[in-house]
Amino acid sequence: MDRRKFLLGSSSTVAAGLLLPRLGVAGAAASGLPDGTIASSALDTLPGKRPLIRRTFRPPNFETPVELFGEAFTPNDAFYVRWHSGVPELALADWRLRVAGPVVQKPREYTHAELLRRFKRHEVAAVNQCSGNRRGLFAPHVPGVQWGYGAMGNAVWGGVRLKDVLEDAGLAPGALEVVANGADAPMLTGPDFVKSLPMWKALDADTLLAFEMNGAPLSTWNGFPARIVAPGWTATYWIKAVVDLTVTDQAFEGFWMKTAYRVPKGMFGASGFESQDTEQNSPITSIKVNTLIVGPAPGATLAAGRHAEVMGIAWDGGSGIRRVEVSLDGGASWREAKLGRELGRYSWRQWRYDFKPKATGPVTVLARAVARDGATQPETLVHNPAGYHHNVVQRADYHVA
Amino acid sequence: MSRNVRVPVTLALLAVCGAAQADESSITLAPGEGLERVQSYCAICHSLDYIVMNSPFQDRAAWEKTVSKMVKVMGAPITAEDTTQIVGYLDRHYGKGAQPAP
Repeated sequence: MDRRKFLLGSSSTVAAGLLLPRLGVAGAAASGLPDGTIASSALDTLPGKRPLIRRTFRPPNFETPVELFGEAFTPNDAFYVRWHSGVPELALADWRLRVAGPVVQKPREYTHAELLRRFKRHEVAAVNQCSGNRRGLFAPHVPGVQWGYGAMGNAVWGGVRLKDVLEDAGLAPGALEVVANGADAPMLTGPDFVKSLPMWKALDADTLLAFEMNGAPLSTWNGFPARIVAPGWTATYWIKAVVDLTVTDQAFEGFWMKTAYRVPKGMFGASGFESQDTEQNSPITSIKVNTLIVGPAPGATLAAGRHAEVMGIAWDGGSGIRRVEVSLDGGASWREAKLGRELGRYSWRQWRYDFKPKATGPVTVLARAVARDGATQPETLVHNPAGYHHNVVQRADYHVA
Repeated sequence: MSRNVRVPVTLALLAVCGAAQADESSITLAPGEGLERVQSYCAICHSLDYIVMNSPFQDRAAWEKTVSKMVKVMGAPITAEDTTQIVGYLDRHYGKGAQPAP
């Protein structure tokens, strides 16, 4: 406990803020949020971050304004922040990673230096997306952090393979799940935020114990000094400030696995996490194919008869993006957008679509992505109690003048 | 173009509002019976913007479920009597159809 100091997002850690202009870019992009969310949110600056949209002070939940998604990789100081309890501030010299459990042959602790020395460095470009991204746009609304579009980001994650660490500690037959715990702790007697991964995902060559994002050490807000990177899976598994890995031969039964982060069985396909499936529901796992129109901001005015360019990003849980389609006639016909460079199958893919609006008046742009596995986005929301997997075909309304 | 002209507007607002307190004490909840209990219990674990953010779409049963989860799962030390007061306050001021506090 002595090396845990908590940043609570109090007056000492949050700089002066600003009420969101209701008709500003961020406000327009987030239309559909509950009235209370719009009233209580504001642009606000955490130390080391640029102004982000503050949804809550404590624990800190801040999302990235859509206009900051114009780059292939999200700058670290623009990356969203999401915590379930106090933010642990750890000193690298004191930090240890414990690897233990009933099916670990040589339980042990690693220092940061040992991990770097012992294991080969590996990088992966991957979208990190909160399970509840866009929850605030659910109709009808469901309780939880009322995120707009910005509880996600794309980064190059650098570290060591989780597989290498686990195999170094030695896996005995019967290993079923790897349980990851961070240094964050519940405020009262509530359940600690602990998550497990099935062995196949923990041993995947792209699953990391990451120390860096975009070439810089992780910030405290994003999990310093080390976090799990589970590419293609929602960010609930990307445990921040990780200090403990326990390999078990039984399904982990903590609240945040067994009760929370659940979707109705079969609603979104197989979970790939059979040891956590029940008759009624499954853990949320793989990110669903999705698109975001980044610019121009919805509500912008386009010039009639002039060249206009809509740009955005598309991603899925790791099959990669096959194509992005845009419709200007309400979905009657679709045309292919031009895809940007492939940056890795877990990365998002930039796209742009050029057109010349002719008639003055309103124009609506619809965008949808098709993944390499053939999956595409639904036209109507797949409503579920916890507000996960919002990937409805997005529409952006513009005015042509 | 329209995006470019918004930048100076945002900066101007920053300059005007920059002096305002942006810590969680800036959160104001609607006055009314039960407010003190909400402030003393709910804020043990989280800032009170969680309440405003989650409004006005939860009916009384939904607020009851939320408060019950805080007590039974998260360990909030709230008595049954105080729970009733808190749920009543949340329903009256942040329930379905309520107007958000100014």
